[in-house]
Amino acid sequence: MSALQSRAALNDFTIKLANVNGTGSSSANGLLMKAIFRMGIPVVGKNIFPSNIQGLPTWYEIRVTEKGYHGRSGDVHLMVAMNAKTYTQDLAELSPGGVLLYDSTWPHPEFMNRSDITVIGVPFARMCNGAFKAARSRILMKNMAYIGSVVALLDLDMKVIHELVREMFAAKPKLIDLNLQALTLGFDHVKEHFDGTLDIKVEARDLTTGKIMIDGNEATALGCVFGGATFGAWYPITPSTSIMDGFTKYCRMFRVDPETQEHKYCIIQAEDELAAAGMVVGASWNGARAFTPTSGAGISLMSEFIGYAYYTEIPMVLFDVQRTGPSTGMPTRTQQCDMQICAYASHGDTCHILLFPSQPQECFEMAAQALDLAERFQTPVFVLSDLDIGMNDWMVDALSWDDSYQPDRGKVLSKTDLEKMDKFHRYLDVDGDYIPYRTLPGTDPKGAYFTRGSGHNKWGSYTEEGQEYKELVDRLRNKWASAADKVPAPVLKASKGSSNYAILSVGSCDGAVIEACDRLEAQGVHLDYMRVRGFPFCQQVEDFIDAHDTVFVIEQNRDAQLLNLLLVETNVAREKLVPILHYSGEPLDYRFVFQALHEALALRKTA
Amino acid sequence: MSSFAKPLIRRKDAPTNDLGLIRADYDGAMSTLCAGCGHDSVTAGLTRAFFELSIAPHKAVKVSGIGCSSKTTAYFLGQSHGINTVHGRMPAVATGAVAANSALSYVGVSGDGDSLSIGLGQFVHAMRRNVNMLYMLENNGVYGLTKGQFSAAADFGASSKKGEINEQPPLDPVSLALSVGATFVARAFSGDKDQLVSLIKAGLKHKGFALIDVISPCVSFNDHKGSTKSYAHAYKYYHPAIHADYVPVGKEITAAYQAGELLPVEMHDGGTLQLRKLQNGYDPRDRARAMAKVFETKDSDETVTGLLYIDETQKDMHALNRMEARPLNEIPYAELNPGADKLEALQKKFR
Repeated sequence: MSALQSRAALNDFTIKLANVNGTGSSSANGLLMKAIFRMGIPVVGKNIFPSNIQGLPTWYEIRVTEKGYHGRSGDVHLMVAMNAKTYTQDLAELSPGGVLLYDSTWPHPEFMNRSDITVIGVPFARMCNGAFKAARSRILMKNMAYIGSVVALLDLDMKVIHELVREMFAAKPKLIDLNLQALTLGFDHVKEHFDGTLDIKVEARDLTTGKIMIDGNEATALGCVFGGATFGAWYPITPSTSIMDGFTKYCRMFRVDPETQEHKYCIIQAEDELAAAGMVVGASWNGARAFTPTSGAGISLMSEFIGYAYYTEIPMVLFDVQRTGPSTGMPTRTQQCDMQICAYASHGDTCHILLFPSQPQECFEMAAQALDLAERFQTPVFVLSDLDIGMNDWMVDALSWDDSYQPDRGKVLSKTDLEKMDKFHRYLDVDGDYIPYRTLPGTDPKGAYFTRGSGHNKWGSYTEEGQEYKELVDRLRNKWASAADKVPAPVLKASKGSSNYAILSVGSCDGAVIEACDRLEAQGVHLDYMRVRGFPFCQQVEDFIDAHDTVFVIEQNRDAQLLNLLLVETNVAREKLVPILHYSGEPLDYRFVFQALHEALALRKTA
Repeated sequence: MSSFAKPLIRRKDAPTNDLGLIRADYDGAMSTLCAGCGHDSVTAGLTRAFFELSIAPHKAVKVSGIGCSSKTTAYFLGQSHGINTVHGRMPAVATGAVAANSALSYVGVSGDGDSLSIGLGQFVHAMRRNVNMLYMLENNGVYGLTKGQFSAAADFGASSKKGEINEQPPLDPVSLALSVGATFVARAFSGDKDQLVSLIKAGLKHKGFALIDVISPCVSFNDHKGSTKSYAHAYKYYHPAIHADYVPVGKEITAAYQAGELLPVEMHDGGTLQLRKLQNGYDPRDRARAMAKVFETKDSDETVTGLLYIDETQKDMHALNRMEARPLNEIPYAELNPGADKLEALQKKFR
């Protein structure tokens, strides 16, 4: 056992369930996690799934964390091995002292070769084949049977599980009894055949009041609905698809006139990402709050319109749920690898506004903020989430909405405004804040102007004059820079002691970084931590780096993209920034961060 | 500079439309295209049609892509919003714009390069969605702005100005439109203004996607002997099959036709489209027949023109999406915000 591995403790352990995808395991696994959550104990759920519909290995990880950390632990204390193809790998991953639960219909005595673990075999397939007739049921019910065994092993509250089963199958009551029967099969078998005690135990707490379990894409969709978006165009792409699924669901819930059945929204599934981006440009240009959800490959395709919207000053909101690249990459694995392309997407001199949520609650808030910022600054705004945030269930504070919120529709001239004006010029910086006024088609003949992606001057006319061109693009740069104080401010977590060392990180790294900091702190190592939430960077970011000798920049990509953005866009000293990079595609765990910091600090102290 | 302001000249006796506006109120900037360009005739046709239909200029929206044709949106309706987008992507921008506000008249101007090569996908999908807009495809078979390369509309065996022979089959927007379910498919020739203007008016009044493929010769790069998109070729093989006259609500039909010659089509705004057959046995409400006609005439070098197909019964994009009549951009936020209570209530399922 490495010094960093930790044994399971009461309400502090990790279960990993190894399954074959397309067999219905994920709803069973979700149910297990929800049950622990309902027993009042914080949980972290990670679905590590293939880019496939049926037949390939898939894993679900449930971390039970009384302390309420958001990241993975890096340990596995209970492995539910239901996929014979990954037995070797799953066995190896199990932490010392851990428990292996597997389907002993086909016995594997070699599992006993590891003396540091407890192996529990339950003949799930045989039991289910005996109990259920239909072939599909035999496969599906195996899931519920292993949940039953886990309930017995962990001492979970069966009442909570039953309640969840009833909720889950409320629409198909016939399935309730089948599922309860399967649960009992697994539960009883463990109770009859196993009488040892395990480190892994769950005891009810009251730590999840006011919390919800939600994934970032669903929260983003809700943010778009509450933020007043009326138009969404998209092209299906993992891992962003469920944003539009959610937006559609909530629009149907809240935006359909009960009498006429007419919609107060429009959703278009485009022919590709190029078209999706173009539709958003068209709708925004014409005054609708519009967005598109996508992932990295989509950003590549949308870049043409992103540059167009930047130069013509048309609002545009893009949700990039990042996955591993380059190219198709690993579509179902997470990364933070689109920060650089989004910061400067499209040819020519372009720079964009980026927001970085770290969990679903921030996805909800930042969705509405992005819609405001895009219309305020008349430019593309990106919300960079990732697969981990977007598709995994996170325990966060319940979402709340302030009904006094009014969307910031930006500087749009009304008919009355136009009537008072002598002449309207689209790109004139009237207020000295680098943001010109715009008009919507149909408002007034005086408001008419011609939007063009070719060279234009501040009067809104075509130009090939160098001075006129420069004047306009200089204003665009200033406009972008002025957004630094309007994007969400960084979050600072100061260490208890004074420190010359600090961490700067972003997005979904947060949970693992906070936990690593806490554990280092416990060992007397103090690190200040800043999480950036917006780009362009505000002055605080530069000040934070200036105030420390060494800043570890922790991010999930190979090329240190955040670090590079800091070097390009601030005046910080290059030698201060030390990259810590995680890019395997699996969500970050605290152990990785802890170990990397530990080693880096040890090196620095000995040097 | 690629455009010049055109001086507004108001003559005392200039005829006015129902809004009291004169033709010049529908002008745009001066064209910077080559003298004799077919596109300028299309621009003039659009100006006249909007004027005659009495559409307030600021209630019209012009959308275009990139290329000579796409530049022309600056040359008419100077008091309308115009958006010159990126190459081949006008249909997407138009789709978004129409979705945001269906209460305006939308005209998209594109060319054969913009629509049939780089933008083929978007062009086809806008037709499938039946976006409520008029789509002018100014077709000259050649890339003008880049000086004379064949476009995908260049006919088999046609020669370029430099003498190169095109050996690939052309993409024909009309048969393409018919095959993907377009609801208004017309072909015109920039040299026949009367036919062009009446088609534009009908297309603007059509509820759904109206395609007018306009043979619009390029005087600089495709007007030579051996070209099948030259003025001479177009005049020689030009063949009107159906004439379409849009008659607004309450206006009387004045022209006298023989019985059986007229096919009246009722439009969504209450007006009528009077279709006059110039050929026996042709019914533009019959898609299969329209398709057959296009193929038959192609084989005989004829360029069949007119309103070749119309279907007023199909749902447009708004109807397909069950959208309310009020433009999206006019719905107040109070109606869009479900409210904090609803948010709290719906989160029970997340617990």
